[in-house]
Formats: sequence, C-alpha cells, structure tokens
Amino acid sequence: MTRHLYVHLPFCAHRCGYCDFVTVLGRAEQHGAYVDALLAELALERELLAPELETVFLGGGTPTFTEPAALERLLRALPAAQEVTVEANPETLTQELARTLRRLGVNRVSLGVQSFRPHLLATLERVAQPDTVRRAFYHLRDAGFDNISFDLIYGIPGQSAADLEADLGDALELEPEHLSCYELEAKPGTRFTHAHGDELALQADAMESYFELVVEQLTSAGYRWYETANFCRTPGTEDGRDLRSRHNLAYWLGRDYLGLGIGAVSTNEGRRWRNTPRLPAYLAALADRRRPERELEPLPLDVRQRERVMLGLRLDEPLLVDGLGDVLDGAALERLERLGLVDRADATLALTPRGRMLGGGVTADLLA
Amino acid sequence: MTQDRIRNFSIIAHIDHGKSTLADRILELTHAVASRDMRAQVLDSMELERERGITIKAQAVRVEWKGHQLNLIDTPGHVDFTYEVSRSLQACEGALLVVDAAQGTQAQTLANAYLAIENELEIVPVVNKIDLPQADPEAAAAEIADLIGDSPDHVLRISAKTGQGVEEVLDAIVERVPPPSGAADAPARALIFDSSYDQYRGVVAFVRVVDGTFSTREPLRAMALGTRFEAEELGFFSPTRSPMRTLEAGEVGYVITGLKDVSRLRVGDTLTSQTRPAAEPLPGYKDVKPMVFAGLFPTDSDDYPELRDALEKLKLNDAALFYEPETSQALGFGFRCGFLGLLHMEIVRERLEREFDLDLLVTAPNVAYRVKPPVGDWVEVHTPADMPNEVEEVEEPYIKASIIVPKEFVGAVMELNNDRRGRFDQLEYLSEERVHLTYELPLAEIVLDYYDQLKSRTRGYASFDYDVTGFRPGKLVRVDVLVAGEPVDALSLVIHRDSAYDRGRLLVERLQKEIPRQQFDVAIQAAIGARVIARETVKARRKDVLAKCYGGDITRKRKLLEQQKAGKKRMKQVGMVEVPQEAFLAVLNLDAEKK
Repeated sequence: MTRHLYVHLPFCAHRCGYCDFVTVLGRAEQHGAYVDALLAELALERELLAPELETVFLGGGTPTFTEPAALERLLRALPAAQEVTVEANPETLTQELARTLRRLGVNRVSLGVQSFRPHLLATLERVAQPDTVRRAFYHLRDAGFDNISFDLIYGIPGQSAADLEADLGDALELEPEHLSCYELEAKPGTRFTHAHGDELALQADAMESYFELVVEQLTSAGYRWYETANFCRTPGTEDGRDLRSRHNLAYWLGRDYLGLGIGAVSTNEGRRWRNTPRLPAYLAALADRRRPERELEPLPLDVRQRERVMLGLRLDEPLLVDGLGDVLDGAALERLERLGLVDRADATLALTPRGRMLGGGVTADLLA
Repeated sequence: MTQDRIRNFSIIAHIDHGKSTLADRILELTHAVASRDMRAQVLDSMELERERGITIKAQAVRVEWKGHQLNLIDTPGHVDFTYEVSRSLQACEGALLVVDAAQGTQAQTLANAYLAIENELEIVPVVNKIDLPQADPEAAAAEIADLIGDSPDHVLRISAKTGQGVEEVLDAIVERVPPPSGAADAPARALIFDSSYDQYRGVVAFVRVVDGTFSTREPLRAMALGTRFEAEELGFFSPTRSPMRTLEAGEVGYVITGLKDVSRLRVGDTLTSQTRPAAEPLPGYKDVKPMVFAGLFPTDSDDYPELRDALEKLKLNDAALFYEPETSQALGFGFRCGFLGLLHMEIVRERLEREFDLDLLVTAPNVAYRVKPPVGDWVEVHTPADMPNEVEEVEEPYIKASIIVPKEFVGAVMELNNDRRGRFDQLEYLSEERVHLTYELPLAEIVLDYYDQLKSRTRGYASFDYDVTGFRPGKLVRVDVLVAGEPVDALSLVIHRDSAYDRGRLLVERLQKEIPRQQFDVAIQAAIGARVIARETVKARRKDVLAKCYGGDITRKRKLLEQQKAGKKRMKQVGMVEVPQEAFLAVLNLDAEKK
C-alpha cells in the first residue's frame, strides 16, 4: 500500500528546448478528457493506495497551464494528503489561481523560476521575466502559501559565475522555504543540445565550480543541503517545521509510489511500470476503463538494493547499510574513506560534503 | 622416386615482387591445382597473409614436371622472418630469386640472396612482371646478375601474372638445381623446417628427409628434445594432403605426430627412427633470439588462460616467438613476449586478436639489454622495469641496416639515421639512380616508428632490411613514470641519456591528457632513479553527480550509474588512480608528437 501519489499533467504552452519530459503542447480541448482519464486510472489503481496519503504531487508539463475547470475538478477528486504539491510556471500563476489552489487543499507550490537573468531566461526559452517570477511568488504568499519551492537551473550557456551568484542572491531575497538547483543537462537529441551543445562543452571546465558555488551560497544563507540538488530552510528558523519535500523524500528513501498519467512511473512491491507516453493511446484505453499500455520492469532484490544505495547516498542523513552488504564493494569503501569522500559509522554510510560533490562516481565505485 | 629425379627449391623475393603469383602459376601449369579451383595464391593459406600480401608461414607443395618430382618450399618474405627463410632454404638445393622488372633489386632481395648463397643453394635468377608498362627487364637483369655473379643472359624474364616464361622456369629448375644427395640406406634423418597444429591430429611437422626412409606407424624420436611418438600418417601436399606409406631420402612432406603438447616438438630438430636411430642429428638451425620485447596483457583479466593457450598454439607455428609470464602492478597478469621485429609483433598480435578472439593491450616495445650490475654477472633484461638502478655497464643490440633508395633521398635518410644515433657505414651506387646505404644503428632506435619515418621521408621509395650484429655499450638510463607517487612498471622506458629529459617531459604531458580527472589531484612524474625530471598534475574533479533524480528517473539513473561503473572497470587501477588502457600506449606515439 503506497502513501505517495504522483499525477502527471503534461500540457505546456511552449516546449522549452532543454526539456525532455513527457509534454503535450496546447490541446486545451483535451484537458477535460485527460482529467477524466486520470481519475479513471486512479479508480483502477485505488486498491494500491493507503487509506490515508502522505503526499500528492502534481508535476508536468505545466500543471498550472491545465484548463482551470479541469484542474479544479482534478484537485477536488484527488484523495487528501498531508503534503499536496503543485508545480507551477510563474507566468501561469495569477492571483486567482493561487487562491484556488490554496482553497483546494494544495499546501506547497514548486515554482519553475530557473533564472532571474533575462538573457539566460531567453536562452532557456522561458516565457517568464524576472518580475513575473516575483509577482507569482507574492501571489502565492498572499494566498497563504507558507511552503514555496524554487527550481533554479545553473550551467546555462553564457552564464558567468557572477550571473549565478546574482540568481542565487535574487532567489534568497524572496526567502523561499525550499530550493531545487539543477545543473542544465544537455540531453542528446534535444533541440537545445543541437543549438548550444558545442558552447556548453567549451564552458564545461569553467562551470565545474558552479555546483560548489550553489552549495556554499545556500548553506551559508542557512539552508540545509539535504539532497544532492535540494535545499530547505532549517527547522531552527522555521519553528521546527521540516521543510524537505516529503514527496521526493519518498523516492529517495526507496518507498513505493503510484504515478498516474502519460509517461508516469509507479513502483510497487518490487515491480515498476511506466505508462505509455502517448496521449491518444492513454485516453483511448481509459475511456474503456482499461489500464493504459505499460512498460514493465521487474525489480529483483539486488536491483532494489542498488537503488537504495544510489538514492540513499544523495541525502545528508546517513544510509543504514544493514542488509546492503552484498551490493557494496568493501575495497572501494575503504579507499573512498581514506580519500575523505565517505564517512562510515557502525551501521551507516554517508558521503562527506566533497563526496557529495562527486556523488555519481563515488556511488559507482561503492556499488559492487 | 630416386633422388636424381627430385628437385627441392624455394622462391625468394622482396615483398610484392610476385613470389606467390609465381607459385600459383607453377601449381596450375603442373596441374596440381585445376584453374577453376584456383583460389588466388593458394600457398598463403592464412587469411591474414592474403590480406597483408605477405607470407608468414612456410609450406611445401609437391608437383610433377617432365618426369621429375619438384618440391616447392614457400618462404616468408619480410625483414623480420630472416630466420624462417633460413630454415626453409636449408631444406632446399636451389632457389628462384625473383626481382620485379620495374623495381629492381630491393633490400630484401639482397638479404635473401645472401642467405641463399650462404646455404650453398643454386640460384636461378628471375625477372618478373615484364608485362608491366614501366618494366625495365634489362636493367633488373643486370642488377640481379651483378648481385649473384652470374651472366645477365642466364636471367629468366617472365610474367607470372600472364604465365609468360613460367615453363622455362620449371625447365631451369630441373636443369640447374642439383638433386638431393642423401644416403638412401643410412639411418633415417629428416629436418623439421616448419610445423603446424591441427586440432584433431595434433602437431604436423613439415620435413625434408635427408637420409634413409620413414614409414607410417614407425616409432620416431626428435633428437634434440628426445620426444618419442609414432608417425600416424606420412605424406605430401599437392596442394591437398596426399598420404603415402613412406617418405624417402630427398623427399619433402609432412608427418602427423599425434602430439598434443605443442612444446614437445621443436622446429629445427631432427627426426630419426627409434628402431634404427641415426648417430648424429643434422646440423641445427641457427637459434635466433628475439630482440624486440613487449608485454601482452588481456584487456579483461579473466582472459589470461585463453591468452596462454593461444600463445602456446602460435608458438608451434612460430618458432621465433618467445613468451614468459609477466605480472605488472598496473596491467595484471600477462606475458612478456619476444619477437624478431616489429612486424612479427604486429602479426602475432593480430593473430591473437583475430584467430583467438582476444582483446589485448600491448605495451610499447623495447629491445633486449645486457646489464652488468655492480655485483655479479651480466644479465639480460627484457623489460625496462627490470633494469637495475645501479649498473656498471649496459649494452644494447645494434643492427646493420641496409637501405636502398633513389639518390635524391640520400640526404633525408642520412638525417633520419643521424637523429637515431646511427653510424654511417657505406654508400654504394646500384645504378645511376639507386643507392645502397648501410648504417649501424641501435635496434632500440628502430623499434618504435623508424620504418614509418623512413617511408614518409622517402615518399615510400626506400626499402629496408637489417641484421642484428651484436651488443654494444650504450649510455642508457631507465626513466620511470610515477602516477600519484606509484611507479607504473608498464610505462618505464630505457633510453639514451641525452634524450631522457625530452622524452620524460613529452611522456608526462601525454599522460596528463590521457588520464581522466579523478577524485583527487594526481601527480604524474618522470624520474631517473630518485631524481624527478618532469611533472604534470591532473587536477581533481570538483563535481561528478547526476543532478536530478525523481520517481520517473530512477531506472534511467541507475542504468547511467551502471554504465559509469562499467567504464571504470575498463580502466586499469594504478594504486588509487584509474588509468585508461590508451594511456599505456602513450609511449608509442611520442615521436609522432615531437615531429
């Protein structure tokens, strides 16, 4: 029984060049049908869900681009949860929508800021301007949101270290509860890589220090670096509230989750499946109350253990290694400890700050 | 057949002068092979040989011509295989010396002709490719006649391609090559001049019977090693296998030994009968020692047993190949192999990879050194890493290089040889246009890229051959490479003192580019003894992390991590440093970079 529900809302006004998520442009006339399909899928999988949910997460796409009536219908129909997050693009976030979301039980918003520099926003093909971001933020605050997260991207073609410092500074000035900072991934085959790949390769060396810069600037501003790319304000400054993303923590702690919608992934009792990314096929199947076409992936024990290590080491809290001995390379562990990249205690393992900077390679080394 | 009706001969030629085509034509003309079954160049049985246009292994084929039995013993045609040529020549009474009518005498023509003369063979000179538009048969005939002290009128002019003149070649073999003259009634003796391994029948020896008669099922003994076996089958190739009841004095053929252990029958040994053994073995072949050495390591260390088996099998077909187990800290378990030369090394490596499907890492080649330590006797060193720190004297092998080149390139060749510590010996005009240069050079100076340099500086016109002349003292030092403070045995090199600094610097610069950034700073140093002569640093990585990882990404990220893991596995671990295999080849290309 899973206590975590993900709902994918794929619609976007524009597909940004760097994006490789499952997205669908426009199609306002299909938003209603899509929500019907989501609810039909939810009905089919209902028995996988615990009576009380911990988290619901609406991701996209641009969830807030969904037709307001359809979005509202969806939010009303979804089961309640302790943490309900919606991803939003600043330009879609009106005062009215902010109030509606709040009224319908959403208590956390993840805002796709990406940058506060106009030239970088242009490179990323983002519609929002820096002031659009600020307005959206205050709309949310005004509507009563006390848990707002920013997505920031660094390593953008043409981004100087000073640009990055200024972006972080602008973000901190607004005092969001949570920040996700991602390095731009120029994924092969995307339009963006085609246009900017060579430039990015040339800048790769210069940008190598950006991750350190992000971590230093945010931690010295009092944020907790609780996951490789995620930061939250510390309990001391927030009346003891734990502001980590509870939904995402579920992934990193290896819990089961149910995903609804096109391209959505679920993991349940040693099996993982991914829904078809094709909208027409998804709609057609659920119109017939059939499960959509799915890609199934069995997760044998050793794979689950590997994932446990891979995900667990992204967190700042030590990983309990009890029972994971078979997938760990003892010699590598010792070497990495000597290099000051891994800290080992009785039954736990954690990466040191430098180890976290090198987390990919370190984890690859650690896995037997 | 009585011995006076037998003729045993070889064809010797510079590479590409038409030896294999002539052999094919002879087989066709004597009906040993029907033209429709003719696969171009039947004697070059190995795939590799056909591709490279050179013959690696000697084989023998028997044909009939005007009531005579002719045994054609094929010989390899490259500079590295002088030893194999000499073995084959010893089984013959005569040799066809083939020269290309357009190219004239080349370096290997000289080398092979001298070998044939040393073996007291009757030489039948042949100018081939007279059908070519640029052919100058008269000039070529004059050169070849001059070389062997014969009259130009005695030189045959043929085109092996069209068949023109080939019958006359066969007639000349019958007329000019003397018949064998062994003692037909004496205790049987046969010379093993080659061998191959058949996976069903074991070791197959190619033999030239000198005295007496060998019979099927007869118990035999290899005199040097004392190996005993029964002749399971005797016969000859025509060119397919034709079993016979006996092989008699003067004849050439094969013996199927049934031996499964390839090391028990040495090429060069003498076979005799166990029941009526000969008192003395035939005069042995010259025991050629390998002079070029390199480490061969399986890319995947699990393949070590396969590599060992493969070398064992190659060794049977290749008496000149030497190998012994070697353990490198950096590369793990492998073999230190000795070769006659660079081409020999290249062929062995290709055969291992192609015929045995092995993935190999070959270290930079080096030569054999003779070292006198402060205490104790001279020792021979095959690996730079084995060179002691303290030495009283070091000697390195020298060669006499023979280079034939059009006169306008003499300057370029001299410059190259001077760069390579060469000592000029002699310059001689073969004709108005062509010059024969001889130089003395340290073998170490030619093992890396000398041949490529020679070819590129003479626009491909130079032909080159060499003979190892012996060891001489040299001012040599061992340069070690340290990666993160750990000496990397596989990267050590022995080098002339004067070039140590330059090479050391180039090597660390190259390695800095080849070694990927690690989780810590990595110092790369070149040192002579305790003295560091060059240093570079590979700076530590500052980030190595997959930015995002949420529910939908987990499978993909896990696969990326597995790929990263697999990439690391392909690296060799030197202490704590992961070094890609390519880095170990950095030493190979230093000169290319310098130029």
